[in-house]
Amino acid sequence: MRKVYSKIEDISGNVITVEADDVRYGELALVQSAHGASLAEVIQLSYNKVSLQVFSGGRGVSTGDEVRFLGHPMQVSFSENLLGRIFDGGGRPRDNGPALEENLIEIGGPSVNPAKRIIPRNMVRTGIPMIDLFNSLVESQKLPIFSVSGEPYNELLARIAMQAEVDMIILGGIGLKYDDYLFFRDTLESGGALSRTIFFVHTASDPIVESLLVPDISLAVAERFALKGKKVLVLLTDMTNFADSMKEIAITQEQVPSNRGYPGDLYSQLASRYEKAVDFEGAGSITILGVTTMPGDDVTHPVPDNTGYITEGQYYLRNGRIEPFGSLSRLKQMVNDKTRKDHRAVMDGMIRLYAEYKESLEKKSMGFRMSDWDTKLLKYGYLFEREMMDLSVNIPLEGALDSGWQILADCFTPDETGLRTELCKEFWPKKSDGEKATA
Amino acid sequence: MTHATGKVVGVNGNLVAVEVEGQVALNEVGYVVLGDQRLKSEIIRIRGKRTEMQVFEMTRGIGIGDPVEFTGELLAVELGPGLLGKVYDGLQNPLPELAEQAGFFLERGVYLDALERGRKWKFTPRASVGATVTRGDTLGTVPEGIFEHRIMVPFNLQGSFTVEEVAGEGEYAVTDTVAKIKDERGTVHTLSMVFEWPVKRAIDAYVERLKPADPMVTKVRIIDTFIPVSLGGTYCIPGPFGAGKTVLQQITSRNAEVDIVIVAACGERAGEVVETLKEFPELIDPKTGRTLMERTVIICNTSSMPVASREASVYTAVTIAEYYRQMGLNVLLLADSTSRWAQAMREMSGRLEEIPGEEAFPAYLESVIAGFYERAGKVRLKDGTIGSVTIGGTVSPAGGNFEEPVTQATLKVVGAFHGLSRERSDARKYPSIHPLESWSKYPTIVDPRRAGYARELLFRGNEVGQMMKVVGEEGTSTDDFVDYMKSEFLDAVYLQQNAFDPVDAAVSTERQVHIFDLLFDLLASSLKITSKDEVRSYFNALRQRFLDYNSAAWDSDEFRKLEQEIRGMIDEKRGDYEQAAKDLMAEITA
Repeated sequence: MRKVYSKIEDISGNVITVEADDVRYGELALVQSAHGASLAEVIQLSYNKVSLQVFSGGRGVSTGDEVRFLGHPMQVSFSENLLGRIFDGGGRPRDNGPALEENLIEIGGPSVNPAKRIIPRNMVRTGIPMIDLFNSLVESQKLPIFSVSGEPYNELLARIAMQAEVDMIILGGIGLKYDDYLFFRDTLESGGALSRTIFFVHTASDPIVESLLVPDISLAVAERFALKGKKVLVLLTDMTNFADSMKEIAITQEQVPSNRGYPGDLYSQLASRYEKAVDFEGAGSITILGVTTMPGDDVTHPVPDNTGYITEGQYYLRNGRIEPFGSLSRLKQMVNDKTRKDHRAVMDGMIRLYAEYKESLEKKSMGFRMSDWDTKLLKYGYLFEREMMDLSVNIPLEGALDSGWQILADCFTPDETGLRTELCKEFWPKKSDGEKATA
Repeated sequence: MTHATGKVVGVNGNLVAVEVEGQVALNEVGYVVLGDQRLKSEIIRIRGKRTEMQVFEMTRGIGIGDPVEFTGELLAVELGPGLLGKVYDGLQNPLPELAEQAGFFLERGVYLDALERGRKWKFTPRASVGATVTRGDTLGTVPEGIFEHRIMVPFNLQGSFTVEEVAGEGEYAVTDTVAKIKDERGTVHTLSMVFEWPVKRAIDAYVERLKPADPMVTKVRIIDTFIPVSLGGTYCIPGPFGAGKTVLQQITSRNAEVDIVIVAACGERAGEVVETLKEFPELIDPKTGRTLMERTVIICNTSSMPVASREASVYTAVTIAEYYRQMGLNVLLLADSTSRWAQAMREMSGRLEEIPGEEAFPAYLESVIAGFYERAGKVRLKDGTIGSVTIGGTVSPAGGNFEEPVTQATLKVVGAFHGLSRERSDARKYPSIHPLESWSKYPTIVDPRRAGYARELLFRGNEVGQMMKVVGEEGTSTDDFVDYMKSEFLDAVYLQQNAFDPVDAAVSTERQVHIFDLLFDLLASSLKITSKDEVRSYFNALRQRFLDYNSAAWDSDEFRKLEQEIRGMIDEKRGDYEQAAKDLMAEITA
C-alpha cells in the first residue's frame, strides 16, 4: 500500500506541490478532492518537493486534499476492444461503453531507431488531384493541413480518412468543438468506417491538461497496432490547440518563454509526437495527418513554423482549395516515379505555368494590356482551378494526368509548356481544337 | 584514483541536480544509476556541492536519492580505423548495432563500442624504433577502404617521445598494442590504434592554417559558378521550411569532390537520414568505384531523440572530421540543421534559468557558433601534406526570417551564404538558392570576370522585371526586354538544375565551363530581333533545346547534336558583343 499525502503546499494554475518521499519523475498520482478524483503527473522534483500537473485542473483542489502516488507513469489499455470506441483525453470512455483496464501500456515511449526505419515506398491514394498528382501522400508520412479557422479542414480530413487505403484510423481530437466531434463520428459512422476507428477526443470544454495527453495516447496505441502489422492513419486536429495548452502550462510554471510566449522546447515537443510516424520493416505503419490552424493566417507564427520544419511537407487549405504554392509533400519523389512516367513532368510543368498565370493575373488587375501570352495563361489558370484545384473533383491519378495534358493542349503549343519534347510527343492529346477538357 | 559520486536531488525535464562527494569538472561525464540502467549525463553547471547535469536520455523514472557515478573524463569520442561507413547517434553510439541488440526502439542506457573490437586491421609500421615523435606523427598505417588510415601518436600526448617499440606488419584489432613510446621523463606509454579526444576541443596537431583557395566542387552549377565554396571554407544555407535545404545537403553529400563526407543530421527528420542510410551503400562513387558509404560517416541525432545529445552531435561530427583531416584528406562536414543545435542550447539554458538573450537564446550563442565554424580550415600537417575540413551548415530561421539570432550569428563567421528563397521554391525553381542575395568570398571555377558579367545581367534582368510590374510590358523598351529574357533564360537553363535527372543532377567542372562559354556568347551579344513576341518565342524555343541538352550525357552523340542545334539558333540571331562585353573580352585577352 502506497502512502497517502494530505498536505498540498502550493497550488498554482494546474500545478500542485506536495512534500513526499520515494517519488519518481513522470509518475502518476491520484488527487482526491471534493469535486472528484483526478490523475496528476509528476513534472518536477526538487529534494522532497514534488510538483504535479493535475489533469482536471487546479481549480477546486484544496490544500488538505489527498494525493496518492500510483508508482507507474501514464498508461492506456491496448487491445482489439478499442476499435469502434470513443474515449476522452484521459483515456476514459466517452461512449457509455465499459472502461478498459486490461493490458496497460505506457505512453510517450522511446523513439524508433533511425537505423530500423525503411524508405517509404507506398503511395496512399486519395482521389484528390491536388494531393495525388501534385503532392502525393505516402505511407508513414507526417503531414499537417495548414489552415485558418472557418476553412473546411475537418471535412477534408474526414474525406481523406474515408477514402485512404489504410487498415484503421485513430482520431485524436484536441480542443475539438463538440459539433466537430459529432461531425467526425457521424461521417465515419455513415461511411461504415466506425468499426475500424478509435477516437481519443478532448473537446474544447474539457480540462486543458488532458489535451496534452491526446497525441501521446493516440500514438502509443497506433504504435502497438502498427507493430502488429496494421497500417494506421492517425488524424490529429488541431495541433495548434496542443501547442497553446503547452504554452499555458509553461507560463504558469514560470518558464522563460522563447517566441510569442511559447516554451523553448516547442520544436522538440512537437517533433517527438510527429516523429512517431514510421513504417516498421516486416510490420505495419503509422501515417500522421494533422491540422494546424494558423492564427491570423500567419505561417510564420511559431506553431505552423515549427511544425513545417518537422513534418514532411504541408497542405495549405485556403478558400476551400488546396493551394498549389506552399503545399508540398516531401516524400512524393519516393513514389511518383513509379506511377506513370509523365507524372513528375506534368506536376512541375503545370505548377510553373500556374505561377506565371498568377503574375499575369496581377498585371491584369493593375490594368495592363494583356499580351497573347497573358491571354493564354489566363485561360490556363481558369481551367486549372476548375479541373484540378476544386475540392469536389474526385478522380484517380491517371485520370488527373490525362486531364492535365488536355488542359495544356487547350491553352498552349508543346514548345510553350517547357515540357520535354519526347514526353509531349507521347502524351500530347491528338486533337486539341480548343474544346473544353471535360466540360 | 577514485572518481566522485553523488545523489540526485532534483529532476526537471532532462536536467538533473546532483549533490556531489569529491571533485568534479565542468563537462565531466557521469552516469545516473537507475536500477540496472546507467544514464549518461554531462555536468553543465557547478554550484558548491550541487551540480547540474544534462541527461542524454529520457529522465522518466529517476527519483530523489538515485546514485550518480562520475568518470573523471570529459565527453569524448573514440578515434581510430573503422569510423567510415558507420552510423552513430550524437554520442557515437552505433545505431545499427544498437538495433540488433534492442530492436525497433532506442532503448535508453545502452552504450556500445564505437569501433568494432573484433575486426582486424592490416597494420604496416612507419615509425622506426629510436625515432623522436610528437603528437599527430604517424606510427603506422592500415588500409581503410580506399584510404591509408594513419595510426598516429594521440593528440593529447604533449611533448616529444622516443619510439621504444613498433608492432611488425600484421593483423591487429583496434585495441591491440601497436607501439610503445617513452616521454622525456622516461614514462612509457602503450599505444593501440584507438584513442579518445574530447569533442568540445579543436584538434590542433598541425603546423599552420592556410587560406582556403581551391574550389570544393559540388557539381551544382549555381554554387560552383556563382557562389562557390573552397576546400577548408565555411558556408551556410539558411532557408524557410520547404525551400530545399536538406535536398541540397543530400545532393552535396553525394556529389561533392572531397575525400570524406561527415553528415550530421542534427535535430531534423529521421526519414531524411534513412534515405542517406539506405541509399549510400548502393550508390557507387564514379571516382573511386566504391560505394558512397565507404567515404561517409553519419551522425544522426534526429528531432525526437534526446535534446542533450543533439547538442553534442555537431561536436562529435566535427571531431571525426578533424581526425581524418590529420591524414591529409579533404573532409566535408554537412550539419543539418545548426538551428536545432542552437535550440538545444536554448532549452538547456532555459532549464538552468540563465538570463535569456534575443528570442530566449543564451547570450553565448554567437561565440559558440563562431567557435564551431572556426573548426573548419585548410591546414599544413607536420609531414607537409595538406588536409582540410569544410563546414556547410543549414539554418532553419524561425518564420523564414533571416534577421533572427542564429542566422545573423552564422553569417558573421562563414565565407559563403547560400540563401534559399521561398519565392523560388514555390515557383519550383530548384535549387532555390537566391542568385542575387547570396554571396561568396571564394573563387569561382569559371572565369571570374565573365561570371561577374553574367551576374550583372541577372541583376539587370531583375530590375527590368520589377519595372515591368509597374509599367507593363508595353512600357518596356525591347532592349530592356531582351535583357530580362536573357536573365530569365540563364536562370532556367543554368541556375536551375533538375536533381532527379541522372545527368543534370551532377554537372562536372568541365561541363560547367563548357556550357558557360556557350551561354556567355549569347548573353553578351545583342540580338537581331525587333518584336517582343519574337524575342519570347525565340527564348522559349531555345530554352526547350537547352533543357534537352542539359539532360544529354556529356560528350554523347545526342549532346553534340543538340549543341550544334543550339549554336545554330544562337548564331542565327546573334549580333555583335555588347559594349561592356567587348571591353571585358579585350581585358581578358590582354
